[in-house]
Amino acid sequence: MSMLWNKYRYLFFRRTTQISLLFLYFGANAWGWTLLMGNLSSSSLLKTVPLSDPYAVLQMIAAGAIIATDLVIGALIITIFYLIVGGRAFCSWVCPINLVTDAAALLRRQIGVDSFAKKQPATRNMRYWVLALSLIISFAMGVAAFEFISPISMLHRGIIFGIGFGWAAVLIIFLFDLLVLKNGWCGHICPLGGFYSLVGKFSLIRVHHTQENCTLCMKCKVVCPEGQVLYMIGKETIPVLSGECTNCARCIEVCDDDALNFSIRKLVKNNKSGE
Amino acid sequence: MAILTKSHLKKMNNKMQSDRRKFILRMARGAGIAALGGFVWSAYVDEVTASQLLLRPPGAIKEEDFLKTCIKCGLCVEACPYNTLLLAKPGDHKPLGTPYFIPRDVPCYMCPDIPCVPVCPTGALDEASVTTNGKLDINISEMGLAVIDRETCIAFWGIQCDACYRACPILGHAISVEYNKNERTGKHAYLTPVVHADACTGCGLCEKACVTEKASIFVLPKEVAMGKAGNYYIKGWDKNDEKRLEDATEIKTKTEISKESAIDSLNDTGGLYK
Repeated sequence: MSMLWNKYRYLFFRRTTQISLLFLYFGANAWGWTLLMGNLSSSSLLKTVPLSDPYAVLQMIAAGAIIATDLVIGALIITIFYLIVGGRAFCSWVCPINLVTDAAALLRRQIGVDSFAKKQPATRNMRYWVLALSLIISFAMGVAAFEFISPISMLHRGIIFGIGFGWAAVLIIFLFDLLVLKNGWCGHICPLGGFYSLVGKFSLIRVHHTQENCTLCMKCKVVCPEGQVLYMIGKETIPVLSGECTNCARCIEVCDDDALNFSIRKLVKNNKSGE
Repeated sequence: MAILTKSHLKKMNNKMQSDRRKFILRMARGAGIAALGGFVWSAYVDEVTASQLLLRPPGAIKEEDFLKTCIKCGLCVEACPYNTLLLAKPGDHKPLGTPYFIPRDVPCYMCPDIPCVPVCPTGALDEASVTTNGKLDINISEMGLAVIDRETCIAFWGIQCDACYRACPILGHAISVEYNKNERTGKHAYLTPVVHADACTGCGLCEKACVTEKASIFVLPKEVAMGKAGNYYIKGWDKNDEKRLEDATEIKTKTEISKESAIDSLNDTGGLYK
């Protein structure tokens, strides 16, 4: 039992966080709860603290909207939060699409799609191109471009306000991730993930790899949705510094050798004596 | 130092050329994909934003700015105690995620404290536009304008009905009733509703109350429902309307005929009697 707990504790916390947030938002609409109102685009915490999606605000600025003070404050709060805990913690701990893509990735491993589709033909830098494109289209068309097609918002609004045809977009992502490209949406395309990757570059909370403990079993690499950030496995004792790491902590819990753990980034570099 | 033979150089040259080709090809491919993606994306955004007939919550700013500014958070929807406001879902053919209402289903009940407006975090619902003398005032909101279809409104047939008039929260100002003699019977009156654009807020309570199978009075966005006389036509008997003359501009059009004076143009037979 404690074994099970050790293997899935972070996954359990993660799903609890994701689902409780959804539940709070849902309750605000359905039963008038006031703890967390609105949705991931913009919320109001206890009817006082504004919280806003900084990427949506960025698109609005590109579109030429006049930005209200509440929105600036809300976006700053969220940005500072993710600057500290790791940008893509949003992706793995909050975003509802993560439930869909993780399910697709799990099924992919189970039914063996991974074993015959080894080569991934797309670059993970695509998300930054989509990010740039979204701002260009926002500027050209005068609307927040990604917000109009975002399956994240569609699913999230769908859960809170009633789903409509939003399920079709979600199904497309599920099938795309399952059959076409491994971690296709979150790892390659999603510009919000790209945005938080940039924010996460500077974050303090990091996964740390200890080379002496590693037995090269590679379980972490199998389970990691952003495998490229774990390039140091078995080679060096360093923290994962890429902003693309989602801090999901699956690598930590699948590791049987205590080679991976959460750590706080050392802000002062070269603090070893004599250097 | 290694000695480079001719064949070595040739190989290096070939490799450089092939690298360059690969690079150019990759750039072209990237540009192609970006352009294609951009086109599909813009076309889709254009499609979902092109909706003229939406009724927005009270205080909504101009539609073009509204689409820029609304962050689609649904706080206004949650604040509405009557579940009037809806968020556009995929398949509704409306700008995705933006709030709107369908008066025939649930009209706006014009709460005096307008709960949907102050919660808006972006200013897409502008508090100042529904405030008079520092107090929220729903009666000055402009969600739309009620329009009457006189062909199907049974009051214009001579059947007595004042459902819309009675339902109007600004009764007597936004909708009044006009009396006219019913010549067909000779002894009855027509009691017909008249909407006044300056007072109507577009709440849609009249549309909800209308007794005909499909409402004969319905709310349209003001820009859609109203015409515009322009500055050429002025009510000379109205001091206020005469002020519009100040904005009047003159447009002179030169045509082949108007080049010369009017008399010359009348005398010009166009070479008919040559």
